[in-house]
Amino acid sequence: MNSGKIIEKKYRERKPDKPVKKKRDRKSYSLSIGPIHPALKEPVRFDLKIEGEKVVNVDFELSQVHRGIEWAGTRRNPVQIIYLAERICGICNICHSACFCIAVENIAGIGVPARAHYIRTIYGELERMHSHILWAGVAAHELGFDSVMYYTWKVREKVMDVMEALAGNRITKGIMMIGGVRRDIKEKQVPMLKEALEYYKKGFGKLGDIFLKDPVIKSRTVDTGILSKQDGLALCAVGPTARASGIKKDVRQDAAYAAYSDLDVKAITPKNLLGEVKGDVFDRIVVRLLEVKQSVEIIEECLKQMPKGKIVYEEKIPKLLAELRSVEGDGIGRIEAPRGEVIHYVKLVGEESPFCWKVRAPTYNNLLPWGPMLMGEQVADVPIIAASTDPCMSCTNRAVVTDGNNEEVLDNEAMRRLSVEKTNALKRRVGR
Amino acid sequence: MFEMAKELLKQLFRKPFTNRFPSKHVPKSTTKLLKNVKEGMAKVNRPVPIPEGFRGKIAYDKEKCIGCKLCIKVCPANCYDFLEKERKVKYHLSRCTFCAQCVDVCPVNALTSTKEFLLSDYKTH
Ligand code: SF4
Ligand code: SF4
Repeated sequence: MNSGKIIEKKYRERKPDKPVKKKRDRKSYSLSIGPIHPALKEPVRFDLKIEGEKVVNVDFELSQVHRGIEWAGTRRNPVQIIYLAERICGICNICHSACFCIAVENIAGIGVPARAHYIRTIYGELERMHSHILWAGVAAHELGFDSVMYYTWKVREKVMDVMEALAGNRITKGIMMIGGVRRDIKEKQVPMLKEALEYYKKGFGKLGDIFLKDPVIKSRTVDTGILSKQDGLALCAVGPTARASGIKKDVRQDAAYAAYSDLDVKAITPKNLLGEVKGDVFDRIVVRLLEVKQSVEIIEECLKQMPKGKIVYEEKIPKLLAELRSVEGDGIGRIEAPRGEVIHYVKLVGEESPFCWKVRAPTYNNLLPWGPMLMGEQVADVPIIAASTDPCMSCTNRAVVTDGNNEEVLDNEAMRRLSVEKTNALKRRVGR
Repeated sequence: MFEMAKELLKQLFRKPFTNRFPSKHVPKSTTKLLKNVKEGMAKVNRPVPIPEGFRGKIAYDKEKCIGCKLCIKVCPANCYDFLEKERKVKYHLSRCTFCAQCVDVCPVNALTSTKEFLLSDYKTH
């Protein structure tokens, strides 16, 4: 109920400069966020040490949500695992299933037809567009611009419709198959795809204006949550988080898979637009928006270059399964997911199901950079900074503020309200 | 701020973007509503067309099935039970993930994807 409100009031009423008792000479509070929290979509627990509003130390606990997907995978055959892999992440379902397929193809030495490579690329980029636009909406929400969130998600709807029309499913598209893809992109579907690309080309400027020119968004995000290039490298950040810090790292460029070797994909850093790299939240917004544009260009290029022909190595699934039953060995699949590099390791031992299947999702790498990002920032900035790496973990609904004697709960709403209030205060200061 | 406000104000005067249900409230009598629509006395929102190749509820043609068990083998969600006596399968909709892998694999096309997607119901059987 309104416990959040009451507690928030209490939190507010506490005078900031209340004299600290001599005996308890503790200036810092510990603020525990999670395991279930709003800025994160999956459980993780933060333990922040705060002095006043400032974060002075960061610690967090992972492994709050172990679903045993890999275990379930070792009890299924490779074709069944494709659909299980899709369910690792609803947003990155193409990446995970494609990554698993690539790993298995590497083991069995299965060659993928050229057309299938292109179709995989197109789906991958459609997914990146949808994921980045979705993220932009989440970022707006964390900043307190909910109407912008709805607007952004409205813009995203177009790509969802395209994916539904192409694949027959909106989210878990079930399009990947070991040795290719399951459905072709038909000639008559191309105009619809092109129309959607035009829509984004036109709408992109508007979205860019809203996010990049707004003075309030700017003052909330510029110089907030900075991740330096050194820290990014040392902590192995991946994907847009790394690129926003000026690290030119992109699997599509470094170890091209699918059709990327035919396409000229360059890692995007904020330098492309701003001329300099700061590694702050604003830079992460810039990188993601530029990548949406890049994805549109990649799909256009794919449509132009796509050769005709087969789309899958072996159409008969029983035959494929029989072939996979006879191979032994291990292999790795690497893919650039919207959030960064995802790796699947598979070991086949000549049995129905794989002996081992291990998934490393990009968020795992992008968690450690939270340390340097959050250090020295205000509590109200925690949601947007945490969200800026686009973490794919379930998010915080509750934060407990303790000062040793009293425990207070700052729930999701209260945290967000703090963030919204900061935005409003800034608006007043900027004079809007 | 200006860009944002402009765009949002524009949205205010547009039609809602979401797909709407045929009528705002559940009608007392569906047949009556449909009759009224026919006579032009009432209006309903036309349904949004479902794309070709949509993967909805799976339709199972028991007559065609030859009991080859391939669908059981590929289904990731273990939706199918094998009926030993009849040598046919039983499809459990509640577990289905609508991946349509079984549709692709069935050698006699006993399984097909339909366009049915509004599957929530009070009746569980
Ligand atoms: S659509 Fe997929 S989950 Fe559903 S019955 Fe067929 S194979 Fe199983
Ligand atoms: S694959 Fe088709 S024919 Fe074989 S058991 Fe399943 S429904 Fe019957």
